[in-house]
Amino acid sequence: MTTLLEVKNLEVRFGLRSGEVKALRNINFTLERGERLGLVGESGAGKSVLGFSILNLISKPGYIADGEVLFEGRNLADLSAEELRNIRGNRISMIFQDPMMTLNPVLTIGEQMIECLMTHRKISKQDARKIALQKLQQVYIPSPEARLDQYPHELSGGMRQRVVIAIGLLMDPDIIIADEPTTALDVTIQAEIMELMLELCERNNVALILITHDLGVVSQVTQKTIVMYAGRVIEQGPTKEIINDAQHPYTQGLMNALPQMAVPGQRLNQIQGSMPPLQRIPTGCAFNPRCNYVLEICKHNLPEFTQSGGCQVACHMVAEMKREEKSARMQEEV
Amino acid sequence: MIAFLIKRLVQAVVVMFVISLISFSIQDNLGDPLRELVGQSVSEEERQALRDEMGLNDPFLVQYARFATNALQGDLGTSYFFKEPALEVILKKLPATLELVFGATLIIVFVSVPLGVYSAINPQSLFSRAVMGMSIVGISIPVFLTAIGLIYLFSIELGWMPSYGRGETVSVFGGWETGFATGDGLAHLVLPCFTLASIMLPLFIRLIRAEMMEVLQSEYVRFAWAKGLQARRIYFLHALKNTMLPVITVGGVQIGTMVAYTILTETVFQWPGMGFLFLEAVNRVDTPLIVAYLIVVGAIFVITNTIVDLIYGLVNPTVKLAGKK
Amino acid sequence: MNDQSQILEAAPAAPSAWERMKDSHLWHSFSRDRVAQLSFAIFMTYAILALFAPLLAPFDPYDVASIDIMDSEIAPSWAEEGDERFWLGTDAQGRDLWSTILYGTRVSLTIGLCAVALQAVLGICIGLCAGYFGGRIDSILMRVADVQLSFSTMMVAIVVLAVFQAAFGTELYQQLAMIMLILVIGIAEWPQYARTIRASVLAEKKKEYVDAARVIGLRSPRIMFRHILPNTLSPILVISTVQVANAIISEASLSFLGLGMPVSEPSLGSLISSGFEYIFSGSWWITVIPGVILVGLVLVMNLLGDWLRDVLNPKLYKG
Repeated sequence: MTTLLEVKNLEVRFGLRSGEVKALRNINFTLERGERLGLVGESGAGKSVLGFSILNLISKPGYIADGEVLFEGRNLADLSAEELRNIRGNRISMIFQDPMMTLNPVLTIGEQMIECLMTHRKISKQDARKIALQKLQQVYIPSPEARLDQYPHELSGGMRQRVVIAIGLLMDPDIIIADEPTTALDVTIQAEIMELMLELCERNNVALILITHDLGVVSQVTQKTIVMYAGRVIEQGPTKEIINDAQHPYTQGLMNALPQMAVPGQRLNQIQGSMPPLQRIPTGCAFNPRCNYVLEICKHNLPEFTQSGGCQVACHMVAEMKREEKSARMQEEV
Repeated sequence: MIAFLIKRLVQAVVVMFVISLISFSIQDNLGDPLRELVGQSVSEEERQALRDEMGLNDPFLVQYARFATNALQGDLGTSYFFKEPALEVILKKLPATLELVFGATLIIVFVSVPLGVYSAINPQSLFSRAVMGMSIVGISIPVFLTAIGLIYLFSIELGWMPSYGRGETVSVFGGWETGFATGDGLAHLVLPCFTLASIMLPLFIRLIRAEMMEVLQSEYVRFAWAKGLQARRIYFLHALKNTMLPVITVGGVQIGTMVAYTILTETVFQWPGMGFLFLEAVNRVDTPLIVAYLIVVGAIFVITNTIVDLIYGLVNPTVKLAGKK
Repeated sequence: MNDQSQILEAAPAAPSAWERMKDSHLWHSFSRDRVAQLSFAIFMTYAILALFAPLLAPFDPYDVASIDIMDSEIAPSWAEEGDERFWLGTDAQGRDLWSTILYGTRVSLTIGLCAVALQAVLGICIGLCAGYFGGRIDSILMRVADVQLSFSTMMVAIVVLAVFQAAFGTELYQQLAMIMLILVIGIAEWPQYARTIRASVLAEKKKEYVDAARVIGLRSPRIMFRHILPNTLSPILVISTVQVANAIISEASLSFLGLGMPVSEPSLGSLISSGFEYIFSGSWWITVIPGVILVGLVLVMNLLGDWLRDVLNPKLYKG
């Protein structure tokens, strides 16, 4: 059986007036059926771009410059517009960040659900309405029958995000890409929505790509994690390992910045400085100006991936440590 | 719905009150009705007596009240020139002007929507650039020059279209003289309608293009793409419906503006409508006719604005007609 | 031209206004945009021609004594039947068309610029007040602006001018025509400025520097004019360019209706209007040449306005 989704050497560029900017570089990962993957990073790290580039929906002037996105072995870039359209919303669906903006304000909830069903399947309007109703029930929307004829502005933010999730589930997709599905919501509702998504993915055996800046959420929901910084993957591997034993200084920084890690009465830990804009990424390791463990080599050479347990880490320091460990072990053996 | 109507009605009353006040001050200060009535040969004492008798020496408010009462009964005075009730004279010319506006509106809707939408979807295409270039040239040409140009080309040089008048008209619905029912009437409508439309076309094309481009950037359109809908449905349902909201509001105001431009268009084409009549009335200092014209135009403004609000409320679900905007 | 001075004023001379302008985004874009350069060059040509019309014109069209009615309707010198004294021909009264156009451009530009200056002053003051004080003042002023906008400028101008013409009599009216046109066009369009300025002020007001100015005890007029106004300059600049073009068109239209400049002291509009009667008898140049000149002037202003809008990208009030 082929891998459900495989991203190989993906590179995305933005053709700006001031020149080309590389928003994503050298992205590689795989996703199996029913697997849940977390994409973590600060805003601007390129995680949303990655989410959109899977469906080839990057907004202009962005485009996929290199690499492949293989869905069940087929490169999405090679598909015709019509074939791609048949995958979008059907096999791979997306959930956007802000439910206030995602739903069309002048169409009813019902219209926006039924149109999706009738585009991808040959069914009658009545049947489509029945399925829509069923999906609204699945996301626990009270009095779903009435909701179908309401307009988005008549629902609260949390309700709207449930509707968006219901639309994402309409076609029983293989993959759902959720781009920060809870950031725009009230804190009290965030947990509910996350729980709902986890439940629905598990029940329907749907693979999930969860884009978020919240490592806490990632640790609860996903099995695999990718940490991104300035358009590159800096650490990827099983979520458990990354959470319990982060290798990259940046990931460690993110972990320490979590409120859960804070000691009462003390200031929250934060990573000093901020991520550089894509036009001004420093040479060498992009993180080097902010890194506490910076070595001379970090300022000049881009780090390669080093295997550390089940994780891959792009860090000179980690590589150095592994090398030392290895030579120490070899000396012992000798 | 009822609340909306009441609110609208109050607004209409206020606007009409202001217009009537302005109209009355014009009538009060402009021209001497006595001179029109009795000529020069009457002595000063007799004039004073007549003034008293006609109530011209009454306080302003009393005179205004009389004017308003008469106006409410449809009596806006008698035209000095036509020796007929001013309102009747104006209303006789109303169909000609309204048909001009109607024809121009049709042209605007059927030309600006496709062009605006196309150039928003394909902003870089050669055709879109040409449309945008033409539209800025169009904005820069005063309407009377457009009219002169069209007459010169299509009437004088090519001889395809008549250059003045309404041509043959047919009476329909009990007294409405229409030019839409005969070939000759239609031929006479073409040039004036295109002239009138030419003022608004560039504005509308640019407005629709700008709004549509903004909507196409929106998250809900992106979400529609992510849902895998056909391009047709995204452009013409999801995007267009949202694009039309601001266009309807602006468009309503612009239709009012168009009534003003009928004065120019009718003058060039000697179109026997209200605007042409108004300009003649100005030259003849025919005050009752000027006043009647102002009141009728005011009424048209109020009515179009109400209709536009109603349509807006129907298209935009977030506006409850009963509530506030 | 006043646009230029606005830019210079906006940049208080730290290194020298000229150097700052050279570094600016505006200059950078201008140096790369052919259309903007060409438009600006043409506009400057118009401005120079208008400014020096008395020096450049071979005849004085206002001098009745120098006009010979026998010279009327002579075709341009480069056409058949032309007369080499008049390179653009003469109008129906025997005036040299080239001279009359120079003077007419001067009249049109003067009215356009003065009317827009009046609009700007009125609109900026009202907009600043509405935005800065807010509350009831704001809602009353904006309601007035709404009502005024819903009646089109053209309509208001036609009615007001028509009534004045009827009241004053044609003689007196013709003497006052220029002032009347400036007043009417100036007053009718202030809401454009007021609404845009108000929107900018509301946006600026939220920013910290206004609070800072208030904290150090500056009074509101000073805060408004010295602190908020400079930050609303780019929308003003964009609107002004387009508004001058509109004012020139309005003036021409009113003159065409016989409500504007008299034939004895013609603007481009009244020149076209006076020529319209003769177009059917073949004297096309009296209408066409001033028409082309007028469209050219308005077109370059609109192109400049478009360019400015793209470069400065201010948040303009829609509608």
